Amino acid sequence: MATTVQPRETSAPAVSRRRRLNITPYLFILPHLLVFAVFVGYPFFNGLYISFLQYDYLRPNNTQFIGLQNYTNLFTPGSVQYQVYWSSLGNTVEFVLYSVPFLIVIPLGLALLLNTRIRGSNVFRAIYFAPWALSGAVVALLWWWIFQSQGGLINYYLASWGVTPPRWLSTMPWAWVAIVVCTVWWTSGFNMIILLAALQDIPDYVYEAAAIDGATGVQSFWRITLPLLRPVLIFIVITSIIASFNLFIQPFIMTGGGPAQPGGGGATEPVMVRIYREGFERNLQGSAAAMSFVTALIMIAFSYANFRIFRERT
Amino acid sequence: MTTVAPERPFAEPRPAPGTQRSKLIRNIVLYAIMIAVAAVFLMPLLWMLSTSLKPKSQWFSQTIDWIPRTVTLANYERILGNPSTPIGRWFVNSLIVASLVTLLTLIVDSLAAYAYARMEFPGRRTIFALLLATLFLPGMMFLVPNFITVANLGWLNNFAGVIVPALAGVFGVFFLRQFFNGIPRELEEAAHIDGASALQTFAQVALPLAKPALATLAVITFLASWNDFLWPLLVLKDRQLQTLPPGLRTLQGAYTSEYGQMMAGATIAAIPVLVIYVALQRYIVRSVATTGLAGR
Repeated sequence: MATTVQPRETSAPAVSRRRRLNITPYLFILPHLLVFAVFVGYPFFNGLYISFLQYDYLRPNNTQFIGLQNYTNLFTPGSVQYQVYWSSLGNTVEFVLYSVPFLIVIPLGLALLLNTRIRGSNVFRAIYFAPWALSGAVVALLWWWIFQSQGGLINYYLASWGVTPPRWLSTMPWAWVAIVVCTVWWTSGFNMIILLAALQDIPDYVYEAAAIDGATGVQSFWRITLPLLRPVLIFIVITSIIASFNLFIQPFIMTGGGPAQPGGGGATEPVMVRIYREGFERNLQGSAAAMSFVTALIMIAFSYANFRIFRERT
Repeated sequence: MTTVAPERPFAEPRPAPGTQRSKLIRNIVLYAIMIAVAAVFLMPLLWMLSTSLKPKSQWFSQTIDWIPRTVTLANYERILGNPSTPIGRWFVNSLIVASLVTLLTLIVDSLAAYAYARMEFPGRRTIFALLLATLFLPGMMFLVPNFITVANLGWLNNFAGVIVPALAGVFGVFFLRQFFNGIPRELEEAAHIDGASALQTFAQVALPLAKPALATLAVITFLASWNDFLWPLLVLKDRQLQTLPPGLRTLQGAYTSEYGQMMAGATIAAIPVLVIYVALQRYIVRSVATTGLAGR
């Protein structure tokens, strides 16, 4: 067979292609690839290298190769790094546990509400989603003011209803409540839009068939809506966990990571704030790089586990 | 009923008596809930605006006035006139940085995306897989080493230190590549036969077709850059060079318990975003909705 298939036509382009390598595609990808190499590829390895150094960019002469010291500090009980790092990691996990359930249930409720397709629901969708477009700095500053003990909006209403208001931002567990409320207000709209798109993808005839079979609204929610939403729900649970793990600006502006704990570190200081402080307030950039790598490994392991579980089930 | 039925093959079951009324009640309940929820979402923003327009004597008043009893622009004048919090300058800085990041991202990403979507070249799959793999890496891994790179390049206190690293992201390349993959090749092939160069075909045929995707990417890139906090906080230390979000942090430190000034600053930072949001909401919604559906 092969010999009968006009050999010249198939080989001719191959030869000319081999003779002159077409550089046009490389010119197209070059600008992006260059920046990518400098700010994503190189720092991946450079970060690893820095984590083996005692490094302060303000005092380059003090740079020293210290091997695994930055990592052993993180795993030696009693060291400063051990105490503040694991405490901040614990705080981050706490925040994930407090925030993610609200970041799923509330957006789901909102999406169901909007999916009634009542007239004007597009306007309401725009309102619920609006805070997401704002900068975290604006959102955190605004809620910092709302939760102030003196003059804050929340404590004004609590006092007028006869409730003794807590000092939200400086006592536990109220500081977490304030940070979670701020986060839910800021980011619920994002998951809501994703869930709404998924709800609108469920064809009407499924519900019509269920209604003809005598299913009530509640029954079709549990038996039809939720099972059909499952892949999207899994997706937003995973992305919300990762997003909550990256908590930074809300405690950075609202509580400063406080209130202080007796053992060191702050009760609402998340791991990202800890890395920032280690690297840019204490100027221990080698140690901060080591902290980022350990944290990144934990996050990657989590994502990979999720990916596996997700894959097996579907 | 019988005369209508043939036109509607899936006629609704005959409405039960009282359905009309129960539907009305249902709608009233739905609107009540939706309006209540909307109030929860809007009230913090109203409070921000309201505080920013109040004189100092009314920040801690005995009653909560959602509408200020006296409206004043004193808070705005105070922060705009204070050389240690040059918020007008910050606004211009944010505008310059976000516009340049958006423009350059569109150029750089669309060129790359077009090549990955339409051209055959050795290494294409490998390079693209490499880009894809980095999507799973958490961003803060790059904080320290990129800061050192930017410092070594002499880009601290220089807009380049904020703008150039922002172009390294891979999301835009994926997003546009998906779009290019979805449009038919015929027009480009025709242009090619007519003797157009690759760059001409790209710029004159493919890019105009990609306008909706470019608009979506432009909106979300601009918002992300305008709102970015941590990286500009590290790179632009000079007060004259700060952008608005780190500037708000400076305000928080500079005006202890001067909430009117802080809320004036927050309002100034929020207004452009809200204007863009209201005008271009459908692009933002579309990008988010596709993000979710891609996860399936």
